Amino acid sequence: MPNSGFNVLLSVNNLRRLALGLCGTLEIAMISVVISVVLGVFYGLLMTKKNRFIYVLCRVYLDAFRIVPILVWLFLLFFGSAIVFHTDLDGVTVSVIIFSMWGTAEMGDIVRGTVSSIPTHQWQSAQALGLTQWQVHRFVIIPQALRRIAPSAINLITRMVKTTSLVVFVGVTEILRVGKQIIEFNMMKNPMASFWIYGFIFFVYFLICYPISKFSKKLEKKWSY
Amino acid sequence: MSLNWDFIVEVIPIYRSAIILTIRIAIIGVVLSIIVGAVCSLINYYKVRGLNLLVRAYIELSRNTPLVIQLFFLYYGLPKLGIMLSNEACAILGLTFLGGSYMAESLRSGLEAVSRVQVELGLSIGLNTFQLIRFVIFPQAMSIAMPALGANCIFLIKETSVVSIIALRDLMSVTKELIGMYYNTTESLMLLVVCYLLLLLPVSFLLIFVERRLRYAEFGV
Repeated sequence: MPNSGFNVLLSVNNLRRLALGLCGTLEIAMISVVISVVLGVFYGLLMTKKNRFIYVLCRVYLDAFRIVPILVWLFLLFFGSAIVFHTDLDGVTVSVIIFSMWGTAEMGDIVRGTVSSIPTHQWQSAQALGLTQWQVHRFVIIPQALRRIAPSAINLITRMVKTTSLVVFVGVTEILRVGKQIIEFNMMKNPMASFWIYGFIFFVYFLICYPISKFSKKLEKKWSY
Repeated sequence: MSLNWDFIVEVIPIYRSAIILTIRIAIIGVVLSIIVGAVCSLINYYKVRGLNLLVRAYIELSRNTPLVIQLFFLYYGLPKLGIMLSNEACAILGLTFLGGSYMAESLRSGLEAVSRVQVELGLSIGLNTFQLIRFVIFPQAMSIAMPALGANCIFLIKETSVVSIIALRDLMSVTKELIGMYYNTTESLMLLVVCYLLLLLPVSFLLIFVERRLRYAEFGV
């Protein structure tokens, strides 16, 4: 294949480096997802409480992440940490903190929406059957809530994986940066490299996110009443 | 921590030109997205043979990849095939590619929510396809789809924050540059947040207002 440039993708070494770059991003995404799910459940339950003050506080936190772009938040912590905390945070730490904070807000909103969408008669009928408070939760509320949460929560994972591509802005060595290095290294030999490398990265992201979002759609169909 | 006001006054023109660039890209991108989305959703709704599958593939491809990656491919990858675009054209094209699918999904759910009875009644009083869409389906679908469309607008405006990756002087790149040159980190970051709030808060309030107005169009639910 003279000069089609595709062979840049056939090099094992290049593929391995791209995979390592991808793993860095996915690691940030996965850690953030786990933290977000755990904290998000508490945050969501907190929002369903009838306390006006707590609700307003939670709402402001959520809207702060909805209105201001995530990239701006990354910049704020990345460049601002030195002034406020007098320490220097590296890109990975900054990303994990910001993505977890954002994910907690989004997850919390999902949990809040779900818990408040379970009709009151479900609680009342369960109590009328003589179930205890614990049994009401265990057998009636949690199973229904879980089914409604699952599709949107899984969807949130794809959103977080996609958003973690922003870490390139705060100097984390991830797949785009590795791709750039490979392209620059092959500049002379292989001028077509950038098309194939960036096309490949594009496709890889699709391959990761597509099955997850498909799964979430399937759950949604299966578990909707 | 006191602010350096002289510095802020000095750099405001830089931020102004950056915010104008962001607004320009966002407005063109959102309008084109709505057009692309409307066409795609109608193709899906009427199940136009051949095109339907193509549109589904486009929607899945664009919804499952991040904008940064799409921009990289458009700006650095495509020129190798002889397709040269200016960076602003790339940003708009990327935003449209991303936004089109989001708009299409929201519009489609709106279209599907219009009940079959409405369509049949429209047909039975002798409306043609265009009239049916214009007077029966569209108004009802819009009122249902509006909250999602509004959320998409905000989402797309926020997504414009990544265009600095293809060498556009938007708010992010200006901020980074000023921090690097003058070390006035607090002022630069503050201006950045203020600019984005100035941009996004009015839009989100406007959308709440529009949504409330459109509630009147809801019918027979």
